[in-house]
Amino acid sequence: MKRRDFIQKTAASSALLGLSGVSLSSFSTLETKKITILHTNDTHSHIDPFPIDHPKNPNMGGAARRAAIIESIRKEEKNVLLLDAGDIFQGTPYFNYYGGELEFKLMSMMQYDVATMGNHDFDNGIDGFYAQLPHARFDFVSANYDFKNTVLNEIVKPYKIIIKDGINIGIFGLGVQLDGLVDKKLYKETVYNNPIEVAQDMTRILKEEKKCDLVICLSHLGFKYKDEPEKPSDILLAHKTKNIDLIIGGHTHTFLDKPVIEKNSEGKEVLINQVGCFGVNLGRIDFYLSNDKLHHNQTKNIIV
Amino acid sequence: MLVNVKKNTISFRFFVILLTFNLIISCKSTSSYQTTKIEGKKIGVTNEKGENEAITNYVKPYSDNINKDLNSVLAYCPETQDKSKGTWQSNIGNLLAEITFELGNPVFQKRENKTIDACLLNHGGIRAVIPKGDVTTRTAFEVMPFENSLIIVGLTGKEIKTLAEYIIKEKKPHPLYGMKIYIDKNTLAINKIEINNQPLDENRIYYVGTSDYLANGGDNMTFFKESKIKFDMEYKLRNMMIDYFKKVDTIPNITTEKIILE
Repeated sequence: MKRRDFIQKTAASSALLGLSGVSLSSFSTLETKKITILHTNDTHSHIDPFPIDHPKNPNMGGAARRAAIIESIRKEEKNVLLLDAGDIFQGTPYFNYYGGELEFKLMSMMQYDVATMGNHDFDNGIDGFYAQLPHARFDFVSANYDFKNTVLNEIVKPYKIIIKDGINIGIFGLGVQLDGLVDKKLYKETVYNNPIEVAQDMTRILKEEKKCDLVICLSHLGFKYKDEPEKPSDILLAHKTKNIDLIIGGHTHTFLDKPVIEKNSEGKEVLINQVGCFGVNLGRIDFYLSNDKLHHNQTKNIIV
Repeated sequence: MLVNVKKNTISFRFFVILLTFNLIISCKSTSSYQTTKIEGKKIGVTNEKGENEAITNYVKPYSDNINKDLNSVLAYCPETQDKSKGTWQSNIGNLLAEITFELGNPVFQKRENKTIDACLLNHGGIRAVIPKGDVTTRTAFEVMPFENSLIIVGLTGKEIKTLAEYIIKEKKPHPLYGMKIYIDKNTLAINKIEINNQPLDENRIYYVGTSDYLANGGDNMTFFKESKIKFDMEYKLRNMMIDYFKKVDTIPNITTEKIILE
């Protein structure tokens, strides 16, 4: 009797669960959610704005101004994510004098969520980077650098999932080949793995296993290498993978006027954006998501 | 009665399994939210929204401390030095290669009783322009933020040829001093290499000034990495720049061609 009772109860609760599953997908109100992604890359320790008479970027950039813009967007938008695609370090005396402490502290004040590591983030050695991490109240992700035999083991993770307003956002990082670019004595036992292969694996995990609604790659691979078309780049990454919604790039200091739309291995659109360098620009991408089945499998409306 | 119960139990069990299974499937096939629209744009970081005061105040003690050091004027630059102007050479590249020789050579002579024959740095290592106007310690930090130091690498004439081929293949205005490479303007084939205005001697050892980054094979300069003859001058490239700026009043605009198309 006891056993039957148990089974009956289980069956009943399962039925209820099943019903609630149905109601979720077909009877609940249709909703559109908006996720605002703000991003920087290659800020290279540029904390002060460029001087008014600077020949290239007069009166542009500056951490306090970037913070003011981010603040004003946060006032208007509910779901803001702030991301960086690497090379936070190196480029002004702030780095030479303080080793990246101030960069991390200011990014924490601006409430950055996630960043990836660029080659210059190894400039004070992997130990120099590690030493500044207590100042960073945000996470670093890198999927193709294997840090197993370094101080960053278990600290820099392959990906991070952030849930905003019920939307699961998977963010993974990719770094450029270090050999020939960074002194071995700086990156030590960090192992570089093929970023395209790692990305194929990452997107499967994030999209299929972790059920992410959005998949974002923070890439420090570089936008495109026209003389070396086989060298891993954001363009190549977009073409050879699936299920990435947005690639936020860095490394090549590419000033894109607007995000670039490429086709992935399934013929679906991937957005690539990179906003130059030195904090001169802030990138903004707004994703509108709907639970209306009518919209599913429709072509996305991309306005850039 | 007993049989009936058993039967019921079995059917219930199936019900449980079926439902659970269904639930998994429905979760897996589609996530509930799909992207319908994407908007993207670039926002220029200007002072339109003002400054975040908390950040400005936080930065101040850090910048005050640095500025005390860096704002001292060392020289005057009459012409903007920019690495992006020129296919085979740039004025700033010429300047940096010349600084490397001028300040590195006395150290090399004193320490090793040898002379630098040529200098090669990398285009990518020049991180800023030197704007027309006052040149300060800060300028040196901007142009050369890295903590790289001077290494003198011994290369045979043959290896110098590999170095020249690397430059021509890269087609970047890498800073070069003491060396001239004559190439065919159509095929880019190397016709002749001169060091100190003398034709290259394939069997001689030449001493080339470069950075420790490149000496260790950075930017794929494998010819430096493979050499067993290396002298560390323990002299930072940035400090060489600062010492040079202190020495001269005016920064020269060096336009001498190092790669000559024939």
